[in-house]
Amino acid sequence: MSVFALDRIAQKFPDALAHRYTDRGGGAWGVVKPGALREVMSQLKNDPELEFKLFLSADAVDRLQLPDPAPRFEVVYLLRSLKRGEVAQLKVRVPEEAPELPSVTPIFQGANWWERFIWDFYGIRFAGHPDLRRILLYEEFKGHPLRKDYRLRDRQPLVPERPLRDIFRGPGTSGAA
Amino acid sequence: MAEPVDAAPQAGESELEAHLETKRMIVNLGPSHPAMHGTVRMRVELEGETIVRADPEIGFLHRGFQKSCENVTWTQCLPYTDRLNYVSALMNNFGFLNAVEKLIGLEIPERAKFIRVIGSELHRMADHLTCVGAVALELGGFSAFLYAIEARELLVDRVTELTGARLTTTFGRVGGLNRDLPDGWVDKVLKSLDKIALLRDEVDALLTKNRIFVDRMKGTGVIAAEDALDYGFTGPCLRACGVNYDVRKAHPYWIYPALDFDVPLGRNGDNFDRYIVRIEELKQCDRMVRQALSLLPPGPVILDDWRIVLPPKPEVYGTIEGVMAHFKLIMEGIQVPAGEVYDCTEAANGELGWYLVSDGGGRPYKVHVRSPGFAILAGVPRMIEGRMLADLIPTFDTINMIGGEVEQ
Repeated sequence: MSVFALDRIAQKFPDALAHRYTDRGGGAWGVVKPGALREVMSQLKNDPELEFKLFLSADAVDRLQLPDPAPRFEVVYLLRSLKRGEVAQLKVRVPEEAPELPSVTPIFQGANWWERFIWDFYGIRFAGHPDLRRILLYEEFKGHPLRKDYRLRDRQPLVPERPLRDIFRGPGTSGAA
Repeated sequence: MAEPVDAAPQAGESELEAHLETKRMIVNLGPSHPAMHGTVRMRVELEGETIVRADPEIGFLHRGFQKSCENVTWTQCLPYTDRLNYVSALMNNFGFLNAVEKLIGLEIPERAKFIRVIGSELHRMADHLTCVGAVALELGGFSAFLYAIEARELLVDRVTELTGARLTTTFGRVGGLNRDLPDGWVDKVLKSLDKIALLRDEVDALLTKNRIFVDRMKGTGVIAAEDALDYGFTGPCLRACGVNYDVRKAHPYWIYPALDFDVPLGRNGDNFDRYIVRIEELKQCDRMVRQALSLLPPGPVILDDWRIVLPPKPEVYGTIEGVMAHFKLIMEGIQVPAGEVYDCTEAANGELGWYLVSDGGGRPYKVHVRSPGFAILAGVPRMIEGRMLADLIPTFDTINMIGGEVEQ
């Protein structure tokens, strides 16, 4: 969607983008190197030509079961510019061994809860986040349930559940185990 | 922590007028509290009646939406999307389907686009009426609440006739809709719209110039446009700050470009503006539904492509091709090409975004939902810190947080 923004980023920070491609809907994506994430984000926000001020969301993808699973995680950032009427779609690749990224919460307040969400469900840490706690799950929860190796039926009730028969969910990728 | 704030009487104060000694106090609002919609816990630090710090704690309603979606077929995700924003389920259904269609690269029939817009706008009205009613209720205006809910019930009845369910609609399928409008439905909707307009005006008259209501709403829960953008506010909450952003205008989809409607804007970003934006949007929805109904073209409501859409029943029972197509779709699901896409529609509370990843199979690899309420709830502490505890109630109402979508 926003080819212009990616061009401008590539021009300002020649080393920041590792890769660029177009998705099935025709949207342009930029793969940012982790070290350049913060400067790219603040450029997108503060550049008067771009003004990507609306922080839409961030989430991660666990690529464990995709054909090319390394590096394992991708963190996706979506920003919107009302001035240009475009979405900036960025992603950062994160290896399994060192799941940590610089936090963008100092740049976008809106990233705060989404980074907590990613920590909660994928176990990726954000250095410099003011308050990196779990957000939807409870602190006693073990593991990160949206990782593909977390099985669907691994329940961890905080309060013991009543003895109801579990519902079998069919032959899902991780449900059969 | 427990530092006395206002201690001894100051010079010139008699004992009766003296400040009471107050300590900083932590109050838990919720998770089960009449003013907390859904189950949200607010940990509020108070100094007297002033909120020093507020920390919303969410997750009591988490049902593993994403994990569930990754383990069922694309079509089977649809019932889960109902339960995101259960007040306006149709918009979630259609938003999700629109994203899947974008990922496959489908263009749905014209009539289906019209019906999707009609359904969405009816449910947007239901959502706004519920929100406005709840504000009135919690500020003591019970009759306004009843009028709003009476109007909402009319909408729910029409949606029930359309989809067969009051709230969890599961309406629409990839490639269009699973059924056409019922006979005589258009006339019923038009009649209901007339009645709803009367009830809406009644609510408007009861609240908008009501001194008590205005005093509680004006100047409370204020957020500046710059902050609202930073937090990721969209929808009525962003437009109340005067930012003209509506997905229906900015990135038109379905038949919105053909409809004539305005985007109401506020100025101050306070509770009253959020309320008034919703009242004005109700009028716009009314206009849009009437236009869409008058322009409704004939034709099919779903594509005729058996790789994506279930074949008609006579074909399933009568031909081998029909049986096979049916079997493949039910057992394996729609084969969505590998790839990823971000797509958004305007839901009642703002931009409802979907980031979908497919690995080429019948099940989603990743379903990320950008629920508008999540960003807005994250901004609540900014809106109420340093204000009175009583301001929390209307603020929490007007942001219209829906537990289902925030907590997935």
